[in-house]
Amino acid sequence: MKYKATMISVVAVLVFSVASIAQAETTLRLLTWGSYAPDELIQKFEAEYPDITVEVTFSNNEEMIAKLRATGGAGFDLAQPSHDRVHAAQLEYDIYKPMDLSQIDTSVMSEVHLEGVKANTTIDGEVYSVPHQWGTSGLMADKSKAPDFKHWSDLCDPMYKGKTSMRLKRTILLGTAFSMGYDPFAAYADLDEYQKILDEVVEVLIACKENVKAYWKGGDDLAALMLSGEIVASETWDSTAYRIYGENPNIVFVPPSTGALTWIDTFTLPRKGKADDAAYKWINFVLRAENVTIMSGSSGAIAAVNGGQDLLPPDKKAAVNAAFTPEDIANLKFFANIPPGIEDMEGKALEKIKAATGG
Amino acid sequence: MQKDIKRLSLILLFAPFALWITLLILLPHIGMVVLSLREKVAPRVYEYGFANYIEFFNEPIYWNTLIRTGSMSLLVTVLALIIGFPIAYYIAKIAGPRLRGALFLLCLIPLWVSDLIRAFGWILLLRETGVISSFLQWLGILSGPIEMLYNDVAVIIGLVYTVILFMIVPLASTLDGMDNSMIEAGYNLGGRGITVLRRIIIPYAMPGIASGCIIVFMLTAGSYLTPILLGGKNSSWFTEQIYDQFITRYNWESGAAFGMLLLAFTSIVVWLGLKLTGQTLANTVTKT
Repeated sequence: MKYKATMISVVAVLVFSVASIAQAETTLRLLTWGSYAPDELIQKFEAEYPDITVEVTFSNNEEMIAKLRATGGAGFDLAQPSHDRVHAAQLEYDIYKPMDLSQIDTSVMSEVHLEGVKANTTIDGEVYSVPHQWGTSGLMADKSKAPDFKHWSDLCDPMYKGKTSMRLKRTILLGTAFSMGYDPFAAYADLDEYQKILDEVVEVLIACKENVKAYWKGGDDLAALMLSGEIVASETWDSTAYRIYGENPNIVFVPPSTGALTWIDTFTLPRKGKADDAAYKWINFVLRAENVTIMSGSSGAIAAVNGGQDLLPPDKKAAVNAAFTPEDIANLKFFANIPPGIEDMEGKALEKIKAATGG
Repeated sequence: MQKDIKRLSLILLFAPFALWITLLILLPHIGMVVLSLREKVAPRVYEYGFANYIEFFNEPIYWNTLIRTGSMSLLVTVLALIIGFPIAYYIAKIAGPRLRGALFLLCLIPLWVSDLIRAFGWILLLRETGVISSFLQWLGILSGPIEMLYNDVAVIIGLVYTVILFMIVPLASTLDGMDNSMIEAGYNLGGRGITVLRRIIIPYAMPGIASGCIIVFMLTAGSYLTPILLGGKNSSWFTEQIYDQFITRYNWESGAAFGMLLLAFTSIVVWLGLKLTGQTLANTVTKT
């Protein structure tokens, strides 16, 4: 009796393993941002390509690089770092491999973004990334309480004392530098020059500490602060602002007068990825017009395809239109490539601000 | 034959322990030490040296944060002891056997929820538009909202709440082993409550106090979520510094150095504590 039971289970195991071999499953391991792989899209993709299963790991720019660095580029088949984070990471840690652009339908991509990303991520004549979605960092204000909020420096305006917030990361350093009349991206070429700008920015932001209620750490954190009315304005990601706009139409994204800082999230292949074909299929799949709307609905970012803005779902489109005028769009400032060494300087600057007492 | 079997069983019994120690404790730490001794000179070029450690001592922000973390952890440890001791004493000596189990369970329940959720719980309570602030306004005690989040007091409350169980359990188990007749004898010989506590109970509970304090101090100094979520603009915590080095600055080398420094610092504090109270590590481990 016992013998029989064992036999049955052995046979069952064999059958199952044979079945899985017969299907020749490929797994596509995505390393991407929260909300960049909505379930709806994954199911649709798996229905179209039954031999591919999608596994998703949510992360952010810094952690993506740390994860790939730890394994020398293994463990994932497709990553989505921002366009300014590919060049230096590749030079320092050799974690990506060049793309085969013939596998991708680049004709659907919007020219500006494709060329921009190519220019940023070409090393030794090889292209490492193509664009996926773009969005901006800027300000957010409750129009009923802070109608004139328009500049990065308004965050430090005593009028809003204790009612503003920011994230203590590089964006606020750059925004503040722009508001002081500098062009930090131009200064990247000369590190001494950039250090001088940073020193001044640090002083301004330390003096500003008194004005800030708290430094936010994530989108939910910020949404809670804003929706409860504890703060009236903040530095923000546009997608977070759009989400809040859905709940309180008084709260809008405000592109700063010096230009909203624009990032483009890319598709980039990790060096030891094992499913390049599946990765290319995923890239072409999510850039199809009908899928772009689903993706943008989940992420709140605009796809880098022709007419990407028109493909936004209606609620997001309303939020974008409430935020941007055509002049604002023309005034976008694309994040420049981060050369090696900048992270250390900016990191030190942020530590100084955090450690300064006052406020 | 018999001897071989005995030896084999000894090896088999020892193997999991040896594997655990080498694979999960020794090797990672050796890796960290090696990493911390590398310094980056150019992309993909490294040299060996002590630059990362020297950098730590040259930059006041770093060691100030470490000292701040250390002193706040000590404060949390003391508070946890002061609050935890009466609770442990009640559970071990005063409560009946059935109530004792129930009380232990009550202490354990918060641990079933993750650190993150507990921190969010405190955020809901303490924030300006949170439960406590609204309640006080409703009572008419306050005229306007009050902010209790984003400061060091909130961090300390959160940490004490998170770690107090690790103080109560060793204390209660030590006190449980104490014969009630010792306390009675103390009173019979004319001692007052305070004398009995000072001369009999505390000396007896000392191993439990020491091991509770060690666990609580280590957990607090190494905690990450609670100080980050509840802390305010000025609340730096050393583990945050380590995270920043590893993740946002891509500087694993100095992150590893900071990790080793935190380990060395907490070990020294624990060693000093043991010396001052006249306990030994072996004693605290075996008695609890």
